[in-house]
Amino acid sequence: MNRLSIELPGLSLKNPIMPASGCFGFGREYGQLYDLSLLGAIMIKSTTLEMRLGNPTPRVAETASGMLNAIGLQNPGLKGVLEGELPWLEQFDVPIIANVAGTETADYVEVAKMISRAPNVKALELNISCPNVKCGGITFGTDPEIAKELTRAVKEVSSVPVYVKLSPNVTNIVEIAQAVEAGGADGITMINTLIGMRLDQKTGRPVIANGTGGLSGPAVKPVAIRMVYEVSKAVNIPIIGMGGVTEVADIIDFMSAGASAVAVGTANFVNPFICPQIIEQLPAKLDELGIGHISELIGRSHRL
Amino acid sequence: MIIQDRMTVTSQQQIAHNIFEMKLNGKLVGEISSPGQFVHIRVSDSFEPLLRRPISIASIDQEVGEMTIIYRAEGRGTTILSQKRAGDEVDVLGPLGNGFPVEETAQGETAILIGGGIGVPPLYELSKQLTAKGVKCTHVLGFQSKDVVFYEEEFSKLGETHIVTVDGSLGTAGFVTTVMAELGNEFSTYYSCGPMPMLEAIEKMYAGKKGFLSFEQRMGCGIGACFACVCQTTEGAGKAYIKVCSDGPVFPAGVVAI
Repeated sequence: MNRLSIELPGLSLKNPIMPASGCFGFGREYGQLYDLSLLGAIMIKSTTLEMRLGNPTPRVAETASGMLNAIGLQNPGLKGVLEGELPWLEQFDVPIIANVAGTETADYVEVAKMISRAPNVKALELNISCPNVKCGGITFGTDPEIAKELTRAVKEVSSVPVYVKLSPNVTNIVEIAQAVEAGGADGITMINTLIGMRLDQKTGRPVIANGTGGLSGPAVKPVAIRMVYEVSKAVNIPIIGMGGVTEVADIIDFMSAGASAVAVGTANFVNPFICPQIIEQLPAKLDELGIGHISELIGRSHRL
Repeated sequence: MIIQDRMTVTSQQQIAHNIFEMKLNGKLVGEISSPGQFVHIRVSDSFEPLLRRPISIASIDQEVGEMTIIYRAEGRGTTILSQKRAGDEVDVLGPLGNGFPVEETAQGETAILIGGGIGVPPLYELSKQLTAKGVKCTHVLGFQSKDVVFYEEEFSKLGETHIVTVDGSLGTAGFVTTVMAELGNEFSTYYSCGPMPMLEAIEKMYAGKKGFLSFEQRMGCGIGACFACVCQTTEGAGKAYIKVCSDGPVFPAGVVAI
């Protein structure tokens, strides 16, 4: 028996570890370093209808135990991803979760419809929480009614289950989670980055050309854990948790908080081998905790 | 191949004001394929600072499996790095990027190598490899002032070397272009690494000549996945960016929009 396997809508995961969208490109760079079939799944970089060049540089700035980024959804566009990226990923035995972004509902619908038909795309992740683009993205993720309607529209056209990626930049994340569940979401992924800013000491101006950026890394983990805990208690759909994961102990925390699987983001930039390393360390960690199957961890924190 | 290696510091010394020369031993050295490649160093095993620091490789010794890096201790990360001592271990990812093409200059031909400040180090291994194959190298090395000049003697052993300082405290006063104007255009290839304004001036001055420039940009992952270190090409706005870390850092002259 594989004690790391997890079954989620659309996804038969050999283990619950996957790189987070935006931190792994389309896998090519990491594919040179290790066998991508080791991963539970891969969340590919956001795909928009048309190619996007992204924001001007500087696009990243380091912060205390974290980093800010404002890449701006640079990607080759739907056609480029369908023709150039997804077919390459087919050589690996790994389900792909395609992150879908847009500036209006029609964009999301078109991208979702087409990309969900690719043979290795087993689920969609709706990006309604990107803080770094001028229109779209986060505007869909901060109003429960708009989030629900977008989820519904995408569900209608998608050939695979739809997960919605939530923004932490809201007053009440539970309300948004319940709205997307009502809209028909099959699952939730959370959290995206927290909006932040770093200033240059000499000039006093923002370091990142975009002004603000999304904060990620170990600094955001407590916020993410709290939100996964709250949302998992309030919805009946599974959660893929993320936010500041850097080591195997963080996987235990996210699953205990209520996540059914965990994504690794910024840590891929620090240690490109982090995902396979965590996967390798998981069985020993479960032994240490006296856990037989990893699913026993899910929502442990709720049993008070 | 890119590997993650816990390399051992074999020596560390300050060779100019805030400029450190560090030697590291490990199997990563065997993977280095061209001068101008860089390594991505994690200066601490904690999350402070979180990201790695990209540092160019100044020279390699394949026989003993040792490489030398030269860097300026300026920010938090490089200051921590400068406190490492012989015997310490450092987490190094590399070798990264595409270096200078040594094969672009044939035996008997002349190359001019122009470096600015902390852009000088990768030119040292380049010059070693070029001179070893019989290329005549001329070096023009620019620094802010005398107290930050390094490797004058090392470069002089390999070929004609001109030191330029902005304040005139050593060598020619002014910028590298002052010396370049005197040297003329009688060479086959030029190679350069340094600040953007310097690269821009060089490209203008040597318009039409065969040249290779190494660029610097704020980096995240160093392997091409995060899209932080992009720059525009001369094809103009609206064209896809290129990545300094994995497409570069060395590009043929005329490719990157400066």
